[in-house]
Amino acid sequence: MRLVRVTPLGMLLGALLAASPAPAQDGTLAQVKARGHLVCGVSGGVAGFSMPDGQGRWHGLDVDFCRALAAAIFDDPDKVRFIPQSSAARFTALQSGEIDVLARNTTWTLSRDTAAMNFPVITFFDGQGFLVRKSLNISQVKQLDRATICLQQGTTTELNTADWFRTRGLSYQVVTFANSEQTLGAYESGRCDAYSTDKSSLYGERLKTAHPEDHMILDEAISKEPFAPGVRQGDDAWRDLVAWTHYAMIDAEEAGITQDNVDRLRGETLSPDVKRILGLEGKYGQGLGLTDDWAYRIVRHVGNYGDVFARNLGDGTPLKIPRGLNALWTNGGLQYGPPIR
Amino acid sequence: MTIVRETLLPPAPPPRRAAGPVGWLRDNLFSGAGNTVTTLVILAGLALLLPPVFRFLVTDAVWRGDSGEVCRPEVAGHPVGACWAFIGAKINYLVYGSYPAAERWRPNLFFGLVALGTAWMLWLDAPRRGLGAVFVFLVGPLLSYGLLSGTPVLGLAPIATSLWGGILVTLVVSLVGIVASLPLGILLALGRRSDLPVLRYACIGFIEFWRGVPLITVLFMANVMLPLFLPGDLTVDRLVRPLVGIALFASAYMAEVVRGGLQAIPEGQGRAALALGLTRWQAMRLVILPQALKVVVPGIVNTLIGLFKDTTLVSIVGIADFIRVLEAARADPRWSAPTIPATAYAFAALFYLTFCFAMARYAAFIERRLAAGERGRA
Amino acid sequence: MRAAPPESGSGPGTRSTRALVLQALVALALAALAYAAFANASEKLARQGITAGFGFLARAAGFDISQRLIPYAAATSTYLDAFLVGLLNTLLVSGLAIGLATVIGFAVGIARLSPNWLARTLAATYVETLRNLPLLLQLLVWYVAVRVALPEAQHPAAWGGAYLSQRGLVLPRPDFQGAAWLVPVAFVAGLVGASIRARRAKRRIETGAEPGPVVGPALALVLGLPALAWIGLALAGHPVPVAWPSPGPFGPEGGLGVLPEFAALLLGLSTYTAAFIAEIVRAGLASVARGQGEAAAALGLSRAKTLRLVTIPQAMRVIVPPLTSQYLNITKNSSLAVLIGYPDLVHVFMGTVLNQTNQAVEVVAITMAVYLTLSLGLAALMNASNRRAAPMTR
Repeated sequence: MRLVRVTPLGMLLGALLAASPAPAQDGTLAQVKARGHLVCGVSGGVAGFSMPDGQGRWHGLDVDFCRALAAAIFDDPDKVRFIPQSSAARFTALQSGEIDVLARNTTWTLSRDTAAMNFPVITFFDGQGFLVRKSLNISQVKQLDRATICLQQGTTTELNTADWFRTRGLSYQVVTFANSEQTLGAYESGRCDAYSTDKSSLYGERLKTAHPEDHMILDEAISKEPFAPGVRQGDDAWRDLVAWTHYAMIDAEEAGITQDNVDRLRGETLSPDVKRILGLEGKYGQGLGLTDDWAYRIVRHVGNYGDVFARNLGDGTPLKIPRGLNALWTNGGLQYGPPIR
Repeated sequence: MTIVRETLLPPAPPPRRAAGPVGWLRDNLFSGAGNTVTTLVILAGLALLLPPVFRFLVTDAVWRGDSGEVCRPEVAGHPVGACWAFIGAKINYLVYGSYPAAERWRPNLFFGLVALGTAWMLWLDAPRRGLGAVFVFLVGPLLSYGLLSGTPVLGLAPIATSLWGGILVTLVVSLVGIVASLPLGILLALGRRSDLPVLRYACIGFIEFWRGVPLITVLFMANVMLPLFLPGDLTVDRLVRPLVGIALFASAYMAEVVRGGLQAIPEGQGRAALALGLTRWQAMRLVILPQALKVVVPGIVNTLIGLFKDTTLVSIVGIADFIRVLEAARADPRWSAPTIPATAYAFAALFYLTFCFAMARYAAFIERRLAAGERGRA
Repeated sequence: MRAAPPESGSGPGTRSTRALVLQALVALALAALAYAAFANASEKLARQGITAGFGFLARAAGFDISQRLIPYAAATSTYLDAFLVGLLNTLLVSGLAIGLATVIGFAVGIARLSPNWLARTLAATYVETLRNLPLLLQLLVWYVAVRVALPEAQHPAAWGGAYLSQRGLVLPRPDFQGAAWLVPVAFVAGLVGASIRARRAKRRIETGAEPGPVVGPALALVLGLPALAWIGLALAGHPVPVAWPSPGPFGPEGGLGVLPEFAALLLGLSTYTAAFIAEIVRAGLASVARGQGEAAAALGLSRAKTLRLVTIPQAMRVIVPPLTSQYLNITKNSSLAVLIGYPDLVHVFMGTVLNQTNQAVEVVAITMAVYLTLSLGLAALMNASNRRAAPMTR
């Protein structure tokens, strides 16, 4: 439908509108290549996942995933533009073509999968947790019966909390806010007994309190929150590329290929697995519309999954999020990459 | 009725002293028992309230430091008031948001352009005000756009609007609202007085719609529905969406202000212009509109104050305006101290109060000047 | 310029033809714009697999709301129920804020014309400060202030059966079911009686008769009748059941709660709008001819009586129209509740429901329609009462 190209407002908007150049029927990969950079929707304020630093450079697990995609496509992890998305606008942004991929700790659910978008792969296994004051002496979620809980609205947290307490015959009082600053502020000032959101975010939120040592995150999770990047429906090639970007990082970690040793291994490895991942054997990049060294580019520029996790979330960071479910399957976790062959 | 006096009051003694400070005090503060009590109660209230406020803002305030530690009473060794060191440390973020440090001369130049345009428009006796209007409504906005978001042709690197923030964004949002709403508002006001029923009702409907809904719903609508309404391959920048919403919203209020001015111009003015052989359009452009706009300058400035305050609402739809970056800066764990929220809000209050109060004084000044002009003519 | 005579040199025929063509063009352009927007939206919604329509309102909501004036439960209530809860919360806070803002606004407006310099200056400072600060900022400050000022939930302040803490004010809640419905009925009867009495007093003033006391008997009726019913029921062996709040493990529980978010929003909205109302009142009072006040003083009326019986009634003519638009502003501004977590219409419906259902067009349309209806309805009501009051003014 392109009935009215220049609306009366068009004059005003004309200068400010950013029209994406390629028509929608071309594949996303072709559009990205033609444009010369990837456009990635991120959350823009979750420590460890996507956060701009003082110089305006983005950091985080979601950010590094987009950089890995850019590295695979352009051999340059900086050919990405990050656009922060509110939880309300994220699906529309993807649908309207404003962004190529949504890497914004979005929970993969059936209704979202069938209605709004496709989820190629789970990049992070999370669950809804609770931040409480240590002085409450609580270790289990069920002890929060009759407590007041602060939530951020417009997320699945509101539904999960209602379901969890109801099915156990427990009661609670809810206070919801539009943004995380207000939610945390209310919790910290004592308006609520607990602050509930995805555990991965709680580690960061806890650090924002005046006395992080006074607060703790309960071990229990009351929901499954598989975070997955989102892509538009009907573009299988792009979907494959997004999925395999993650698998390449997992397979690299499993094969012991790290950002530090990748160049050395590329020169001296004898392992056929490693050779296939690094593009020395077989023509595995072509099927994705990339060069054969695509996975090598990812590891060289961004690192394997373990590198990325350690850099953004792990013990070396203030967050200190345990690998938990996100350990490799060989270490008792759920991260499992199909073989590149 | 029983309230009618039945006897004459005894003649009052002559005022003891009408002039001088003592007379003023007696007239204004202690003219009777009730008045004296009021005065004393208020004085007592002020004596209780003002010293703590002064202590918080000045005496107990911490002015220097590079982390929140200095603002904790146990570290500072005395009760801590406002933590101005926090504002000092964050001032660049509060003014520019995440705008790259190397390119901050561009917003600074933009601030300069704004100051120039504002002065040109506000100083009523300034030379070449017509040229000024062209600058403010046409050249300035285009120049600013090219400057802030970048023009590769001129060697200015593009800077995504997601990096803009703070006072810069607050100013951009307000200015776009002002620059777009004034011409749009005039057109709508003229349309509302048109002879043509279709045009008239379209304008009435437009104006009453925007005036009937809260701005926050307009912003939500611009955010989620604008992308839906545009053709498939067009996307709207995240900052532009609320700008469109604010421009439409403000233009409806502006239209009503301008309409008031049009109504204030006597009909004879239009008739005389027509009798002189001017066309209807010329009469409107050369005779009626200039007079009407002059009358409504105070109303326009008051609408602008409202608009400036309302721009804070864009923070709710995730735009990094001044309030939003202030809230984000406040959440920095390095700067967590008990008085940080109060400091942040005090700073924001000072900022908005300064600008709005200055605008309000200006509107009052113009109003007095207009009134004096009216008297002079009569 | 509707009254302007037709231009010389162009016949009436060409003018009206031109007018018709112009109007047709405007109508066409608007229709094309609307059609394009509609077509684009429906295409995109179809691609997202979202069925347009209002069917989603009947689906189960599944989320909880902190303040609800009607029965609401996450599991069984629908999105329509959630909408009603939000709407009622909007109406509640707007209605109370309108009352409170009017009281503060009149007080400050009258103080601005006080003979006392301090009172005048203080009132002027109040007006200039609050008018020139964004409401959003004021609400943020109020919300932080309310939370800081209140005691911790585990150590609430208690008076009688009521508790005050960061969880809000918790009051004993009488349960007006069964025979206890007599109490609200008595209250309504008291209201009716008081208004009849006030009306009669007004008529007596107009005919020049002594009106007699109004406020005392009105209070006695409005408060006394329910109290009598309450005591009577207790004596008759059917005492009104009262739910007493109790200190629970996490803070006071049970009873009737007044949320801190509600208090902050109510205070913020009222004090902010009161600054505007004060200016309206001042302008209204200033519009009354000086001679009126002087004549009243000459008749021996005190300053308070002069204001109440002479100046304010005459000023109302000037005050009411702009006052109406301030009332509308309160209703619209209550939508800022979304910021501080008070579950008003925008918070519940545009915040949570929109996000859960993705029915953006419908949710936005419904919300805007509600505010438009409220605005136009309140405006019509005020216009009607204005017309009724108009012949009274001289």
